[in-house]
Amino acid sequence: MSDTITFTIDGVEIQGRRGQTILEAADDAGVYIPRLCAFKDLSPYGACRVCTVMANGRPQAACTQPIAEGMVVENDTEQLKKVRRDIVEMLFVEGNHFCMFCEKSGNCELQAMAYRLGIAAPKYPYLNPKREVDASHPDILVDHNRCILCARCVRASKDLDGKNVFQFIGRGPHKKVGVNAEANLSDTNADVTDKALDVCPVGALLRKRVGYAVPVGKRLYDLEPIGSDIEAKRAGQEK
Amino acid sequence: MAKPKVATTSLAGCFGCHMSLLDIDDRILKLVELIDFDKSPINDIKKFTGRCAVGLIEGGCCNEENVRVLQDFRNHCAILISVGDCATMGGIPALRNNIPLQECYDEAYKNGPSVHNPSGQIPNDPELPLLLDKVFPCHEVVKIDYHLPGCPPPADTLWEALVALLTDKPVDLPYTLIKYD
Ligand code: SF4
Ligand code: FES
Repeated sequence: MSDTITFTIDGVEIQGRRGQTILEAADDAGVYIPRLCAFKDLSPYGACRVCTVMANGRPQAACTQPIAEGMVVENDTEQLKKVRRDIVEMLFVEGNHFCMFCEKSGNCELQAMAYRLGIAAPKYPYLNPKREVDASHPDILVDHNRCILCARCVRASKDLDGKNVFQFIGRGPHKKVGVNAEANLSDTNADVTDKALDVCPVGALLRKRVGYAVPVGKRLYDLEPIGSDIEAKRAGQEK
Repeated sequence: MAKPKVATTSLAGCFGCHMSLLDIDDRILKLVELIDFDKSPINDIKKFTGRCAVGLIEGGCCNEENVRVLQDFRNHCAILISVGDCATMGGIPALRNNIPLQECYDEAYKNGPSVHNPSGQIPNDPELPLLLDKVFPCHEVVKIDYHLPGCPPPADTLWEALVALLTDKPVDLPYTLIKYD
């Protein structure tokens, strides 16, 4: 039995490998599917639903759904763009995202996703929740105002760092990233070299004293939309 | 034919967005060929003289006067644009939104580290507009037609959007001109 699986995304035939998710196969083929909680090197989690596609007519998270022979996937449609815009707008209003002074601005995946989806301002009312900042650690800052609960830090700390620094606590609107200690991050074995710090898509987990090093205009998403690197692969393949 | 009129105002903003508008440099000469400024801090006209084609709003609403001015703009302007992060999402003033108003007053007038106020009085003159319980982005108060985020939005963003609107073209700005910082 061959390991190659042929399916289509927006009518374009794509070859993937058995066991790949829609998102992985699309990435390899140079088709960008927007995502916020998925991250290479981390196990799929399916939290944010920004990667929602229609797979054989049903909404599915592309980052968790395996590909199947003959599967028909819709990705870049008006309907799905609206779903993604709505999700990203909800993320903006349910946290406190002050881009104008955030160290992550320009390199932030949430912000870049809003740019790519063409959001000038969210249509939902701002909730302005009260959230905490944990600056107890000498080298690391946790700003819960910006956390989008993607669980990348939770997964990376466990699976890449072999620690267990971060875990979710609480439910619903009270859900937040907790640290594996009585009170503060400084009481954990978190270290400035932890991979968990590299994966946060927003400015919720930051290394101290390195912010604003890259000037405006040279940051990751200043000139090109998020996903351009993946799409460039396809342009290369077509040549 | 009379030139279309443009009005501008700064609500709970820092005037940075108006500075950015002035940053269009010599294009301001082209701009005054295209439009006349009506009520605006740029010419210091305090009251609307008539209907305007475009109103530019800097800043969100932090007090009752902001709300009145914003409603006045909505009543006089065919197209209303939220300019800058304060107008589109509250901006820096909205940092107080999860702090009770009384605590804000106490910090500003009684307990702040640089405050000297032995009588402990909080300003309460009837001339002073009352603060709202939180800072609202403009579109949570009146209908807003376009949003130009940024802190401030680049001069090119303001220029491109204005020229498109005044020449009846779609406001379709390039990727680099819609940014939140
Ligand atoms: S701190 Fe960052 S990586 Fe962790 S859950 Fe929040 S947004 Fe995701
Ligand atoms: S990327 Fe698939 S659910 Fe978040």
